[in-house]
Amino acid sequence: MHGREIMRKDNLVERSDLGFVTFDITSIFDWNVKQLFLYLSAEYSTKNNALNQVVLWDKIMLRGDNPRLFLKDMKSKYFFFDDGNGLKGNRNVTLTLSWNVVPNAGILPLVTGSGHVSVPFPDTYETTKSY
Amino acid sequence: MIVSSALMIWKGLIVITGSESPIVVVLSGSMEPAFHRGDLLFLTNFHDDPIRAGEIVVFKVEGRDIPIVHRVIKIHEKENGNIKFLTKGDNNEVDDRGLYKEGQNWLEKKDVVGRARGFLPYVGMVTIIMNDYPKFKYALLAVMGAYVLLKRES
Repeated sequence: MHGREIMRKDNLVERSDLGFVTFDITSIFDWNVKQLFLYLSAEYSTKNNALNQVVLWDKIMLRGDNPRLFLKDMKSKYFFFDDGNGLKGNRNVTLTLSWNVVPNAGILPLVTGSGHVSVPFPDTYETTKSY
Repeated sequence: MIVSSALMIWKGLIVITGSESPIVVVLSGSMEPAFHRGDLLFLTNFHDDPIRAGEIVVFKVEGRDIPIVHRVIKIHEKENGNIKFLTKGDNNEVDDRGLYKEGQNWLEKKDVVGRARGFLPYVGMVTIIMNDYPKFKYALLAVMGAYVLLKRES
């Protein structure tokens, strides 16, 4: 999409150094849970916008899949574009894990995990990478 | 009569949920494996409910009648509450920009029909069958009409 050319300056380079995450969600899967839609979102504020949320990664887990996830060296699945230049020097970008429970029938709750990781952005742009 | 009470319940639902269309049928497979064609979704559209990443919204593209059920993947909200957001179907490779109007890059609150709060599988298949096979719809209407007429006589 051509519109994104203008926003390229704030492209987030793959944060492959997110370390590793292990979580066991066996307890969430009960008889009425068909699937879990997990997603990692980054939340931050900029001069332009009081609140921004960007989903960086998501995963669908069906009942029956291995409920123990061990994620290491994960790359951001989606490009992390800001609406403007608000990522440069932004010290307060928070990553949270949330999930949407899809039942066999019934209510669709959206749950946010407790705890979060703060990711500060550097004050200067990267000059060597190109896409 | 049955028709007027059904209508009253429907109108009541519209008021209670704040959505112009509180019950919708999933028409495509773009949200599989969560929702399949024919599933029924229950929506709310409360004005003060903020739109947040991860939520499943039903929206209409300006100029088109068909509601689309997808997930919000990006939001940018101003201090005054003005929000613009991007959606994507779970089962699609790319986001919905290709579905929006020519030149439109974001959705706004006014495009939202409702937020998916509950769901029932398969139940909506009847509507899809009626759309795809109009003869079935007429047959169903004929049966319902006959039932109402015959009931009265006794």
